[in-house]
Amino acid sequence: MGKWTRRGFITAGVVAGGALVVGVAIRPGHRAPKLAKYVTEGDETLLSAWVKIAPDNKITAIIPHSEMGQGVLTPLAQMLAEELHADWETIEVMEAPGIDEYSNYVLAREFLAGDKNFPKLLMPTVDGAFMKITRSMGLQITGGSTSVRFTGAGGMRTAGAAARELIMDAASSQWDVPLSELRAENSHVHHDKSNKSAPYAEFVVEAAKHKPNLKPKLKARSEYEIVGTSRPRFDIPSKVDGTASFGIDVDVPGMKVATVKASPVHGNKVTSMDATDAKQMPGVIDVLNMDDFVAVIADGYWQAKQALDVVDVTFAESEADKVNQEGIYAAYNQELDAVDQGGKAKKIHASGNAGSAREGAETVFEAAYQVPYLAHACMEPMNATARFHDGKCEVWTGTQNPLGMQIEAAKAAGLKQDDVTIHNQFLGGGFGRRSDKDYVVQAVRLAHKTNLPIKLIWSREETTTQDHYRPAVAARLKAGLDSDGMPVSWESHFVHKLDPPEASEIPYNINDKFMGFVESANHVRLGPWRSVDHTQHGFFTESFIDELAHNAGQDGYQFRRKLLKGKPRHLAVLDAAAKLGDWGKSLPEGVGQGISIAESFETIVAELVEVDTRGAEPVVTNVAVAADPGMAVNPDGFKAQMESGVIYGLTAALYGEITIEDGAVQQSNFHDYQMVRMDNSPNIDVIIVESDAPMGGGGEPGTPPIAPAVTNAIFAATGTRVRNLPIMNAEFGTSS
Amino acid sequence: MVQLIINGAPKNIDIDPDTPLLWAVREHLKLTGTKFGCGVSLCGACTVHMDGEPVRSCVTTLAAAEGKSVTTIEGIAEPDGTLHKVQEAWIKHQVPQCGYCQSGQIMSAVALLESTPNPTDADIDAAMSGNVCRCGMYGRIKAAIKTAAQEV
Repeated sequence: MGKWTRRGFITAGVVAGGALVVGVAIRPGHRAPKLAKYVTEGDETLLSAWVKIAPDNKITAIIPHSEMGQGVLTPLAQMLAEELHADWETIEVMEAPGIDEYSNYVLAREFLAGDKNFPKLLMPTVDGAFMKITRSMGLQITGGSTSVRFTGAGGMRTAGAAARELIMDAASSQWDVPLSELRAENSHVHHDKSNKSAPYAEFVVEAAKHKPNLKPKLKARSEYEIVGTSRPRFDIPSKVDGTASFGIDVDVPGMKVATVKASPVHGNKVTSMDATDAKQMPGVIDVLNMDDFVAVIADGYWQAKQALDVVDVTFAESEADKVNQEGIYAAYNQELDAVDQGGKAKKIHASGNAGSAREGAETVFEAAYQVPYLAHACMEPMNATARFHDGKCEVWTGTQNPLGMQIEAAKAAGLKQDDVTIHNQFLGGGFGRRSDKDYVVQAVRLAHKTNLPIKLIWSREETTTQDHYRPAVAARLKAGLDSDGMPVSWESHFVHKLDPPEASEIPYNINDKFMGFVESANHVRLGPWRSVDHTQHGFFTESFIDELAHNAGQDGYQFRRKLLKGKPRHLAVLDAAAKLGDWGKSLPEGVGQGISIAESFETIVAELVEVDTRGAEPVVTNVAVAADPGMAVNPDGFKAQMESGVIYGLTAALYGEITIEDGAVQQSNFHDYQMVRMDNSPNIDVIIVESDAPMGGGGEPGTPPIAPAVTNAIFAATGTRVRNLPIMNAEFGTSS
Repeated sequence: MVQLIINGAPKNIDIDPDTPLLWAVREHLKLTGTKFGCGVSLCGACTVHMDGEPVRSCVTTLAAAEGKSVTTIEGIAEPDGTLHKVQEAWIKHQVPQCGYCQSGQIMSAVALLESTPNPTDADIDAAMSGNVCRCGMYGRIKAAIKTAAQEV
């Protein structure tokens, strides 16, 4: 079969073995030589979202996102199958390899984003800074709850529909019947008049001769049969029998195991290392001073870890050694004091004139909040395996950013990007942590230096102390109030901002507002953490609005409703949560309800929490979640994401706290970085409130509302307002 | 040389007997379904059965398993591949998300149901609270255990 080099946005072709490939091209040009090595049948222009139809009528969706627990493979395949009118039972999925052909950055930028603002948080460079769009390279990042919103809504549906149209056209000409007399169903073309039907595969050769439609006709939502139904996840069977392969499970012939220790004070270098004893321990092959960390290479992990524990290493001293948590907060407050005294905060959002509205207000209400650094605590410790051979490098790891890792591994190895292959594995939790390069680069450097295949495994302690943390943030909120206690202005000043910028925006109808930040730099490494800045701003905004309601002597739910007038989606979600959780029901003394609402990644979520404070520590017993993601492609999968977001955020609200002393992270393992477990996990009920809004995200939006819902409930139960997280540090007063 | 039975088959393992069972199973026997999470018995990801009792293999030495029968996640289905009722219930309730902790969760749940065929919520809390799930699937795990308990 001839090669195809069609230029344009939609491409199609027949590849070796007679499979039809339809995809969304992002750049014209014949890319077969480059793709062939990654996708065995590959023979096409740059393709992003792919569908392959094989001669046996099997349909494969090639998904350019990482599976880190969010179940992304299944809903994306559903969207493709829907538009393809495919038989769901014959759908298979594969994760796209980490090469720039599959970059969803480029996909979104050049094809899907259109007039949509591309989320900035998808552009963190692999070196931890934020990359400007103009100098960024293609990134294949799974983050920002974008998989379904962008790749699915644009690429997958379009590729599926384009493939179906090509097949129908082919059938029409092959059978010599008008297109209008044909229908596509269950991966077959039917001609009812002549009672003829045939599998898609029969038209593959003919289909490839037709020019794909740039804008294929997509189904109306009312016509969906696969999208909007709860299909079992593709990856689950392998996750109940032990066969799912995570990065840590990779086995490369001849491989040795490494474990490492970097300076507890981030950024300090190794000054000396005495490995005399360690080198004599059984199974130890070498102990290496890598300048910014030390590594033990051994036959197995246990031997490496035992030896690392006796390596005598000193790290350089630096100004960072003097940093401690109290000092960090003091520095934040100094910056915020300066703003209060008339200094400038960098504007993120502003409308009207918040300052003069406040000055003209009847009264002013103020509150200060603080949230700590947080680790991600992925269940799978950081790890990566690297091997050099014939001047090329292969890497096996679980990453949210395979293409970024290819770029960084190439830099670390002094190779061209094309000479590095990333074999992405299942991620044992990502939550933002596995978008960073550090563990991958270390593995590549060790394999390069030793010329051995190296599997690098970090201990839990290294994983906890060398994370890239959710920033500690301090915020001061001010509202000007009218004589009824209703807010006429809203100001939020805070230290620390990552992304997305809309996180500090509020849903409430207040015209005069200002949200801005000041910086207070230190050496602690930061990174995206599930929902990124929404997690802290959800807490600030929804605590403050609750305080305003109480100050006005009003019910928190009704107070929010008044300020959400004209926002039907918000009201519907808030009402649904209030109903699901039975807001206002009679409760014993010491038990309270709290409510909150937050929009993130275009999904609106309200949570109603019940907290029992009568025991030694507050227990969250019930959480009612109402969420509007526009539409849920896989409702059960979406609900699971909400449940997950609640528990992840609840762990942080109750216990999560990374502190810095003498420059170093103090916590190391699950004994001092506590988790919600089975015995203190609440009942969670989730209701999906669909709307006609564009599809929103699922992985992150469940997290922001939970902390304020819990602290609002604690306030209702005890009269104590928790303004600083985590809750475990708070002292509770008696019930008011 | 340590002799033990792994998933029904006798094995001789010739490595340092002080090696944690976790690493003997993962690196020597290449049974990678059992996971490393914390290394100090705080998360349960490494749970296996030793003579039917759930143990954290990261703090159980190979020597302690001498002469014992050890079962890992790879050994709980029937020899013909029929899944254990707990595995079936896990699929029915779509429990796993990232899936990393699930081998340990399932091993704890299987052991619970063997000792307590009809567990109460309190029984489940007591047996399962040593297993951390960062994806927070506790509600589904509890529901799946109850489903498995009904299918005797």
